Amino acid sequence: MKIFKLFLIIFIIFPINNLKADNEVLKIKITKNLRCLICQGQSVYDSDSEFANSMKVVVDNKINEGLSEKQIYTYFKNKYGDWILYDPSFDKNTYFLWLLPLLIFLVGGAIIFNKFLKKSK
Amino acid sequence: MKNKLIPLSIFLFFIVIFIIFYRGLQNTNIYTPNAKSSFEVPSVSVRLFNSNEIVNTLEIFSSDKFYLLNIWSSWCVPCRQEHSILMELTKNDNLKVIGINYKDTKKNAKNFLKELGNPYDSIIFDNEGTNAIEWGAYGVPESFLINSNKIIKKYIGPLNAGSMEEIKSFIK
Repeated sequence: MKIFKLFLIIFIIFPINNLKADNEVLKIKITKNLRCLICQGQSVYDSDSEFANSMKVVVDNKINEGLSEKQIYTYFKNKYGDWILYDPSFDKNTYFLWLLPLLIFLVGGAIIFNKFLKKSK
Repeated sequence: MKNKLIPLSIFLFFIVIFIIFYRGLQNTNIYTPNAKSSFEVPSVSVRLFNSNEIVNTLEIFSSDKFYLLNIWSSWCVPCRQEHSILMELTKNDNLKVIGINYKDTKKNAKNFLKELGNPYDSIIFDNEGTNAIEWGAYGVPESFLINSNKIIKKYIGPLNAGSMEEIKSFIK
């Protein structure tokens, strides 16, 4: 019963949180995930270059046009390629990138598990 | 058998890591944008510099001629350098030079054109820099060679004698 209540609370809280996330929050989130291509190691959000400032205006316009976060990322990806996103999408070029940490974690876990098993024997 | 397998797999793992890092050493860590892109002319409404009219970009690049889209600004020093090349290229009948005036004031832009000449067939006024983003541009100056609604070649940075020859060979 307790677990059920916990799930219920999580289910109620999450949608409300999402509703509260207005355009400004979304804009900050998107610009933080876009790389400023002419700066070194800065996101569009952090940068004050001409390029980044224009990007911020475009992101604003796209949000007002009603595009979703994903559609905005796709839009920029089509213009500038994968490099513009800090969070690369999950496709055939990036399977290795995404799955390698998981794989290493599993292998590590297996080794530790094995050690414990040997000890208990 | 099992005792040998673990050191062997660790050894192989390090070999793979070594090869990846060793190859990575040869890569440049400066991002060079994909200059040989071939994508279509974006369809967006733009404001024209002279008439203040709002038109679609596809109308500007409608004929099957070659177009050179040049992003420029009066405050941009390299634009000054490449201007003579644009003046030279605009003499060619097969090529129309279209400008995007990037984050500029009309007064300064007009003075710039008065001083150095106007190579542009028409100019798109882009005071927010958002139009340049539609083209996938990074800044000024940048030029795109366009034919039948496709971008054939992208020049990042000022045009030089070499790129002028290349453009001429394209439009022959």
